Amino acid sequence: MNHPDTAADAVVHRDTVPGGRYWSMVIRRGYTLRLVDRDGKANVSMLLYNPQNLLERYNMADTLKGQHTSKLTRGNMLYSDMGRVMFSIVEDTAGWHDTIGGITRDADIVRKYGEHRYQQVRNDFYRSGRELFLIELAKWGLGKRDLVANLNLFSKVYAGADGVLHFDADHSQSDDYVDLRAEMDTLVVLNTAPHPMDPAPAYAPGTVDLVIYRSPPVADDDYCVNFRPENTRAFANTAIHNCQG
Amino acid sequence: MSGINLVESPLDLADAVYREVVPAGEPWLKALRRGQTLRILDLEGNQAVDTLFYNLEQPTVERYSAIDTLQAQGNVYLTTGTKLMSNEGHVMLTITADTCGRHDTLGGACAAESNQVRYGLEKKPMHSCRDSFLRALADSDYGLGKRDLASNINFFMNVPLTPEGGLTFEDGISDAGKYVEMRAEMDVLVLVSNCPQLNNPCNAYNPTPVEMIIWESTGADL
Repeated sequence: MNHPDTAADAVVHRDTVPGGRYWSMVIRRGYTLRLVDRDGKANVSMLLYNPQNLLERYNMADTLKGQHTSKLTRGNMLYSDMGRVMFSIVEDTAGWHDTIGGITRDADIVRKYGEHRYQQVRNDFYRSGRELFLIELAKWGLGKRDLVANLNLFSKVYAGADGVLHFDADHSQSDDYVDLRAEMDTLVVLNTAPHPMDPAPAYAPGTVDLVIYRSPPVADDDYCVNFRPENTRAFANTAIHNCQG
Repeated sequence: MSGINLVESPLDLADAVYREVVPAGEPWLKALRRGQTLRILDLEGNQAVDTLFYNLEQPTVERYSAIDTLQAQGNVYLTTGTKLMSNEGHVMLTITADTCGRHDTLGGACAAESNQVRYGLEKKPMHSCRDSFLRALADSDYGLGKRDLASNINFFMNVPLTPEGGLTFEDGISDAGKYVEMRAEMDVLVLVSNCPQLNNPCNAYNPTPVEMIIWESTGADL
């Protein structure tokens, strides 16, 4: 990998998620989750929850309207529905992460890529984003009611002047990465199924490498905290949530 | 501005089976049967109407999904012809008439906490759509709560996106007497908050009443 890695002594865990698989973990405040698109073909569908109160979760609308954006990149924060920051995007080489494209469902996968069931192809079987979310959410006692509008890291969807949605098939490049700094303890549930608007005719979602490392202290002039006045206020709300340790 | 499909309704107010004015800052919760048509009438103009739908038979399982609706039509704006999709991939309602032309489903509902972030930490005591939603659900017997509040529709609200990734709350293009009408394609529960937001132009800084009007099925298109 030729992206700049973080200091080896700050890294506490490394992991790899192949395409079309799931992953979940609580990222604690003070740690950063780096996601690397190894071959420039990855899509990471992600949902976030407060492990202390699973009713608090990443909120697409609050994140977008609070920062007057429909895309996410360095400087942006991922807001919960309780006016707090779950993650800050402290580094990003991709430049755009999708917030409105959603996930594939089983029927989409069969229609686009044909049927590839476990009985025939064993662990090369094709899985949908919805299926992978529901499996991994269930392990935390979560289900359909908790499956809300998700992030799609490394994917770019934009609207034309007429509102028509477009997908940029050449967006993310090999070794593009994004660093998510946890501002409160946050349960991350993700999967690497293809983006629903990906026009590629073959089911070949890319591999994602994960690195968890200790975050440097958040300075007063922190880029994300000062990126917008809304971010400063959301960060202040989060500090109250964290005020007892 | 395109993505607008202005269509007037053939329905006659004299034939309506239900009419109720909902003041600003109040919720409205009502079952709508398959085939019935609901009109939301903007009485005084530029009033955001935050709306969610649930499958009446299994409200905690199937609900309106903004993302599925965008996916199905490949467009971010709602207007005549838009099929309002569920998280299960089913059509819940179809917009059959629209004299405003622009409705949003990305802006979400205001809440005390998001108002703090957007407008100032001291704004927490101001009334919000989420409070109206939660109060209406707490007073009902559907078993719904905060967990079931997903991204909603904002009828009459104008939230344009730009190709560069911008998103803003613009002045509405609605006016007194404009309306949007939708036909239920399944039995649904309709949850509305007539928005009390005073901090942005979604209600022209003056939240006003709307009227909810229902017609029985004509038997057509079912």
